[in-house]
Amino acid sequence: MDLLEYQGKQLFAQYDIPVSPGRAVFTVQEAVEAADQIGYPVVLKAQVHMGGRGKAGGIQLAENADEVRDHAVNILGMDIKGHVVETLWIERASDIAEEYYASFTLDRSAKLHLGMLSARGGVDIEQVAAEEPDAIARLQVDPVDGLSEQVAREWVERAELDPAATEGTVEVLLKLYRAYVDGDADLVEINPLIVTTDGRVHALDAKVTLDDNAAFRHEWSEYEATQERDEREAAAHAKGLQYVGLDGYVGIIANGAGLAMSTVDIVSQVGGQPANFLDIGGGANADVMANALEVINNDADVKSIFINIFGGITKGEEVANGIVQALGRVEIRSPIVIRLDGTNAEQGRAILAEHESDRLVSQPTMIDAARKAVELAGASR
Amino acid sequence: MSIFVDERTRVVYQGLTGSQGRFYGLRNRDYGTNVVAGTNPKKAGTDVDGIPVFASVKEAVAETGANASCVFIPAPGVSDAVLESAEGGVEIVVVITEGVPAHDEAYFFNRLRREYPGVRLLGPNCPGIISPGKCNIGITAGEIAMGGGPVGIVSRSGTLTYQALHEMTQQGIGQTTCVGIGGDPVPGTSFIDTLAAFEADPDTGAVIMIGEIGGSAEEEAAEFMKQQMSKPVVAYIAGLTAPPGKKMGHAGAIISGSKGTAAAKIEALESAGCLIAQNPSEIGTIMAGVVAEL
Repeated sequence: MDLLEYQGKQLFAQYDIPVSPGRAVFTVQEAVEAADQIGYPVVLKAQVHMGGRGKAGGIQLAENADEVRDHAVNILGMDIKGHVVETLWIERASDIAEEYYASFTLDRSAKLHLGMLSARGGVDIEQVAAEEPDAIARLQVDPVDGLSEQVAREWVERAELDPAATEGTVEVLLKLYRAYVDGDADLVEINPLIVTTDGRVHALDAKVTLDDNAAFRHEWSEYEATQERDEREAAAHAKGLQYVGLDGYVGIIANGAGLAMSTVDIVSQVGGQPANFLDIGGGANADVMANALEVINNDADVKSIFINIFGGITKGEEVANGIVQALGRVEIRSPIVIRLDGTNAEQGRAILAEHESDRLVSQPTMIDAARKAVELAGASR
Repeated sequence: MSIFVDERTRVVYQGLTGSQGRFYGLRNRDYGTNVVAGTNPKKAGTDVDGIPVFASVKEAVAETGANASCVFIPAPGVSDAVLESAEGGVEIVVVITEGVPAHDEAYFFNRLRREYPGVRLLGPNCPGIISPGKCNIGITAGEIAMGGGPVGIVSRSGTLTYQALHEMTQQGIGQTTCVGIGGDPVPGTSFIDTLAAFEADPDTGAVIMIGEIGGSAEEEAAEFMKQQMSKPVVAYIAGLTAPPGKKMGHAGAIISGSKGTAAAKIEALESAGCLIAQNPSEIGTIMAGVVAEL
């Protein structure tokens, strides 16, 4: 789960990482009130789950209330790469002397944590990383040991920052590591980590991705509420289904993430366009299937539905009965193609055969089923 | 032969008294797995359908000679369960549980790497491991597998693993061992660990490898194959047409570079000499051709 910048900063503040005083606001009036209270000059920052805000005009400096009003009017409601700005973060402007980059994430190859620190922070950090990999000081941290002050200091020295900023940076990195581990983040990133003209080290931005699997030991409902999902995804999420909306017209239901992904692939390979990825999980009982069909059915773009089930422990005849029952409960707009394979697939197909029509077709292989689903979608488009 | 587990494997189930643990533990026993014990500190001294329940893995090992454990504990307790297993003295810990926090995984993986280097961890979030006819630990339906080799299977995905087993069995081709390594960020056993074991196993003649988008495990496996693998590998990667997801800030891009996409993985595997299946059904037909040449 990605946090908005201001949520990331609030999280950082809990771990005592220096951030600018500021407030999240939703209207122009609130923006002016917040700015008056914080003191000028202030920076207005669009809060969206997307990078490139500055280049899109979503970050502006204001010297007085009139400028705050003008900028707030422009930024609220602005569309940044498909994300509409609903929230503004207003904070005191900083006098920047240096811009660094700092982050922690998991190094999946080494199976250790990875810290990255660079004196060359700012918007072009990815380019710096690509062109001058040595400009980024990396540090592997064993989660059993954690990050010690001494190791952090050696790391900072390796990054060749302004020596005057060493102490302040070490302190921030130790706190950032704690926020990363205790906060159950997949990623914590400060870009830029600034040194102010009066020598303070300070997080000017915050990018935090939390590990959804750790939600059981945190209170994250506030963050959950600001996640952007399209309507289809929200509906599926509410039913506990793993769903990702795509732009095509073949609705897809499969059991298992790998098989669902594979189904999306094969529909594309035979020239169709998948409307979604939907994983109903290991089993395939009537309740889950009915929920999945409802979600797909509510997508007006769907012209045919491809149900791809591999029966393992849930046997073919149980899967087939589940599908038949689910079809009895949901009024389906589109023709359905079913590919049932695995344990007792023959028995399952025999059950489906009794219900076959031009609206319900069973196919033995994935590729045949994909072709049929695309063909039927074409016929009704 | 087979890798990692066989007829000598004796398994203790952590969480045997829960609904999932009981269901799969008994199924595994029906398959022929030596299911020798369960653990639950509150129910020590009882049994589950004749399988004795002990307070800890250590006791279960002492009393029953268990040398493997299977974890069906809910996610919050997995870290403790894995460490308890390693400390208890088993050789392999298979964690079926999904939803384990990544920080927990990184922690117990490194504790094991350091303190119990002889203990193999498989998972979390994996379907388990089956050496057909000998031992089935986890949630794979044993009836779709067929023993005798010569094909070994290693996969990051659950249902695609079953699909691969099924394809082989339908073709009349036996399997030595099928290893589901799971799709989590810190898998206890990697593609490389498994490929190396298959390379060393005299009864495995060819290997099926099933990968997914994300991370760089497939690229690393390809590098390993180039240098140390002589046996043929048929590979399938799911997610070729998946839209690029939200990347994880700049850090993700810096680490992975162009790695992680299905196209990059397929290219790496092709250059390592793998035969690439375009869809799951092709895994079967391509492997049938490979096996005919063995």
